[in-house]
Amino acid sequence: MADPKEIVLEFIHSKSKQKSKFYFNDLAALFPEMKMREAKKLINQLVSDGVLEYWSSGSTTMYGLPGTGKQAGAEGEE
Amino acid sequence: MAKHATPLLDQLQSGPWPSFVSDIKEEAERRHKNEKNVEYQVPVDVCDDLLGILELSYKDGTTHWKHGGIVGVFGYGGGVIGRYCDQPQMFPGVAHFHTVRVAQPSGMYYTSEYLRQLCDLWEMRGSGLTNMHGATGDIVLLGTTTPQLEEIFYELTHNMNTDLGGSGSNLRTPAACLGESRCEWACYDAQELCHQMTNEYQDELHRPAFPYKFKFKFDGCPNGCVASIARSDMSFIGTWRDEIRIDQEAVAAYVGGEIQPNGGAHAGKDWGAFDIEKEVIDLCPTECMWMEDGKLKINDRECTRCMHCLNVMPRALRIGNDRGLSILVGAKAPILDGAQMGSLLVPFIKVEEPYDEIKEIIEGIWEWWMEEGKNRERLGELIKRQGLAKAIAAVGLTPVPQHVMEPRHNPYIFWKEEDVEGGWDRDIADYRKHHQR
Repeated sequence: MADPKEIVLEFIHSKSKQKSKFYFNDLAALFPEMKMREAKKLINQLVSDGVLEYWSSGSTTMYGLPGTGKQAGAEGEE
Repeated sequence: MAKHATPLLDQLQSGPWPSFVSDIKEEAERRHKNEKNVEYQVPVDVCDDLLGILELSYKDGTTHWKHGGIVGVFGYGGGVIGRYCDQPQMFPGVAHFHTVRVAQPSGMYYTSEYLRQLCDLWEMRGSGLTNMHGATGDIVLLGTTTPQLEEIFYELTHNMNTDLGGSGSNLRTPAACLGESRCEWACYDAQELCHQMTNEYQDELHRPAFPYKFKFKFDGCPNGCVASIARSDMSFIGTWRDEIRIDQEAVAAYVGGEIQPNGGAHAGKDWGAFDIEKEVIDLCPTECMWMEDGKLKINDRECTRCMHCLNVMPRALRIGNDRGLSILVGAKAPILDGAQMGSLLVPFIKVEEPYDEIKEIIEGIWEWWMEEGKNRERLGELIKRQGLAKAIAAVGLTPVPQHVMEPRHNPYIFWKEEDVEGGWDRDIADYRKHHQR
């Protein structure tokens, strides 16, 4: 299997014009052969490694590249 | 003199109930006096600015808070809810005003020492304002700044043996009633099961990968003191499958007025003599009780564990001996489709270490919801969309009459191929032997 990090990064870059944050399901769908709880370990490892960053509204959590998209201090002001 | 004039908030203080405005003003004053010489790590006027921004919101009719962003401490994907105000120049004390969710002690038993530690921590590293407790049951610490988060986490974990709670698309802070620690109605050790499941599912609590939030709650009996049936995606409610134990002598004592009904809870007013027909038997929702030769009889087969008779006559009626719990799924508050109560998934399961049977049900449901649930779709909404039958199949159970709420109003039955002998294929020649063209 290709490096999961590359798969995730390629997907995020391909969507970067439309989106900066992704639901867990969007990323897990990149690994269709994996059970969801295995995909979770993999994606969370990418967060621990600093490849991805959590973003939370308080009720929902999303994943994105560190520092991209709307940050708390600059919503809609880019 | 208050930092900001707050005429609209002041009006709230004039009502008959204790006011949160008075509480915040009191804390604002306490912080300015600082009699304990606390080394405040967030602005001293945080409470003043909180009142100020709330007054402005009332005036403008709109919020001045922005949510989102920061999620927690290193390695955690939840536990902190980022909050910022959109008027930081006017209200610098609440420019950052993050909420920290902290796991409450099981059954909410506190020692005064623990409460003091908690308050000392929050006076120094936060606004001093708390919400005890949030709707999910956790300790909610309101208002701190980003640099304080790791410090607070260190203190909580190293000195107070306490973890952060859940937020975001996580398993949320589980909650239990006080269970067997004080209550004779507890059908299983709710606190123990809550503790074990919290430890078992640490990863789900701290690393978000669900479609949306997921809540567990553990009620020791159907009285439901943590209201799990209404407030949790998966509720564990104690029950029994044998008979209610009856002490006929105590029944007679209630009837004769020697024992006060409801443990004397309604003794403040003269309601007249206790009438077992009117106050117990006629109120039984399944009409499964009657008096015969001065003795109380119960048809236990019909009992739905409403708990009314046990609550009214606790010394005469006791929970059965063959105890366990029922698992219900899908309760939620209204956002889509309105509020929902839980639906029965497992009518009875024994609560025995190492709880493997219970874990199998939990994990079966999670697997199904994670695969099938849409983004931001609660378990209850998925059940409504795909049907309870799918949820039952997901955990490998066979439908039983308890899963049926009412007689079907859909007249169609769709068979699955594997349920039909020979499948969909047939031998047409064989068929023609008995049926003309």
